[in-house]
Amino acid sequence: MSINSLLIANRGEIAVRIIRAAKELGIHTVQVYSDADASSLAVQLADESFNIGPPIAAESYLNIDAILNAAIETKVDAIHPGYGFLSENADFANRVVEKGLIFVGPDGNSIGQLGDKVKAREIAEKAGVPTVPGSKGRVEDIEAGREILLITGFPAMIKAAAGGGGRGIRVVHNVEDFERYYPQAAAEAKASFADGGLYIEKYIASARHVEVQFLGDGKTAVHCFERECSLQRRRQKVWEEAPALVLTEKARQKLCQSAVDLAISVSYSGAGTVEFLYDEASGEYYFIEVNTRIQVEHPITEMITGIDLVQAMLRIAGGESLWFKQSDIRVHGHAIECRINAEDPSKNFLPWPGLVNSLSVPKDGSVRFDTLLYSGYTVPPYYDSLLGKLIVWSEDRDTCLQKLHHALNELDIRGIPTTIPLHIALAKDKNVLAGNYNTDYLEGWLESNFNQLEQASQGGV
Amino acid sequence: MGKIQIQSHLPGVFYRKADPDSPTYKNDGDSVVESDIIGLIEVMKSFHEIPAGVSGNSIKFLIDNGAPIMPGQAIAELDGGEE
Repeated sequence: MSINSLLIANRGEIAVRIIRAAKELGIHTVQVYSDADASSLAVQLADESFNIGPPIAAESYLNIDAILNAAIETKVDAIHPGYGFLSENADFANRVVEKGLIFVGPDGNSIGQLGDKVKAREIAEKAGVPTVPGSKGRVEDIEAGREILLITGFPAMIKAAAGGGGRGIRVVHNVEDFERYYPQAAAEAKASFADGGLYIEKYIASARHVEVQFLGDGKTAVHCFERECSLQRRRQKVWEEAPALVLTEKARQKLCQSAVDLAISVSYSGAGTVEFLYDEASGEYYFIEVNTRIQVEHPITEMITGIDLVQAMLRIAGGESLWFKQSDIRVHGHAIECRINAEDPSKNFLPWPGLVNSLSVPKDGSVRFDTLLYSGYTVPPYYDSLLGKLIVWSEDRDTCLQKLHHALNELDIRGIPTTIPLHIALAKDKNVLAGNYNTDYLEGWLESNFNQLEQASQGGV
Repeated sequence: MGKIQIQSHLPGVFYRKADPDSPTYKNDGDSVVESDIIGLIEVMKSFHEIPAGVSGNSIKFLIDNGAPIMPGQAIAELDGGEE
C-alpha cells in the first residue's frame, strides 16, 4: 500500500525536508505543531497543520497520545518521525501500527533491538564487529556505574541508552567528575528522550567518527557508503563530509559490509546508520551505535550518491522493494555539510533564540541550505539550536572546500548570533583543509582560536 | 534595607529544580548567598544553572517553574544583606 497522506511528527528543518520529499512523491502532508511553532516554515509549507499542545516537548512532540490523535483526526495513512523526539521510540512505532497506520521507519522490534544502544552492542558483538569496552547493559544506578569504571578506567563516557545526537553524553576524567555528571546525564537523557537509562564505556581518544548509511526493505539491505563526522564539539557533530577522508579501501568495504550485515540480521526496513570510531593509526574500528532513523547529516550522502534518502524511506514504508542493487550505488564527488546553529561562538556557543530580521541564501545549483528559517521568523527557545545545514557538493574535495568558502560568505542570517563565523574559520584552517583532524581536534582548536572567533562575531551582525 | 531583584541574563525556560524528581533549589522565604543556585534555565536544550549573584534574606520567586523567560526579566526578589 503506497502512502497517500503523511503526518510529520517532528519540527524544524527536518520537518521541512520531509514535507518537500513527500510533495515530490505526490503525498498529502499534515504538520503537527506545538503552541510555539504555529508560525513555523513547516506549518506554512504543509497542506494541513494540527496543534498538539504546549511548547514543552514532553507535552507535544513527545506526547504519543496527542500525535496519534492528530493522525486519526486528519485521517493520514502514515507518520514520519524525523530525528530526535519519538523517532527511536519502539513503543511509538508499535502504537502507530496498532492504529492501522504506517510508521515511516523500521518496525518496533528493530528499533527496540538496534535503537537501544545496549542491545545494539550485543548484536554487533554477535556479528563479530569490534566494540568499545564498557557496561554490558544499562547501568542500574550510580553505584553500579562506579563498578564499571574499574573496567573502563579514565577517561570514560556516560551515554544515554536511548540517545543520539550527542545528547546525554558526558566524558569524565576522574571519580569526582563522574559523581557530578552522572545525575546531569540522566536528567538530560530523560528530558531529550523520555528515558533516563545510561550506559558507560571507555572513551577512545584521537579517533575519527565514521558512519555508514544503509537502506533496507525488510528482506535485503544496501549501504550508501560512509560519512565522516569527526569535527565535533561536546559530542555534537559540527561539520560532516562524505566520503570519509582517510579510510583504506579494505576498511571501507569492511565497515560498509558490517552495516549491511547488521541491517539484514534484524530484517531492517527503512533508512539507518551504523556509527564507528576509526583509529587512523592502527586501522582498527569500533562499533558505537546504530541510529534507526534519518540523520541530520543525510544530505551529504544524497549529494554523492544521487539517492534521495527521505523519498526512499517513504517508498519503502509504502511497501516497495529496493529498486536498486548495491552495484548500482556509486560515489560521485565530495560533499560537506556545516551545521548552522543559533549559538554565539564568541560566547562559548551560548544558544540564543530570537527574531531573524533577514536571511540571504547562496544561489548555486550545487549548494543546498536545508533550514527552518525565513526572514521575519522568531526562533523559539524550547527546542534545539539547529537553524539549518549548508551542504556543498563538488567533483573533488579541494573544489568543494573552495565552493564552501564562497557559500559561507554568501549565507547571511541577521538578528541572532550563529555559528557561521566558526565555519568560515574552519574552512580556512590548514588542518581542516588537509583533512587532518579527529574527534578531539575541534575542541583543542577552539581553545587556541577563540580570539579569532570573537573578532569575527563582532564584525558580523 | 531595600528589595533586590535577581534578573535573568538568558532567554529560555526557567526551572526551580535540577530535574523533576529533585527538590526545589530554594523556597520562598529562604536566605541565599551569592553562590547559591536558585534555578536552572534551559536554552534550546542546554541547561544553565543560575546563581543568586547577591546575598539576602526572604527570597520570593516572581516566575513559575517551567515558564518562559527573557533577558532582563526578574526571577526573584529578596531583602538585601548588610552591605
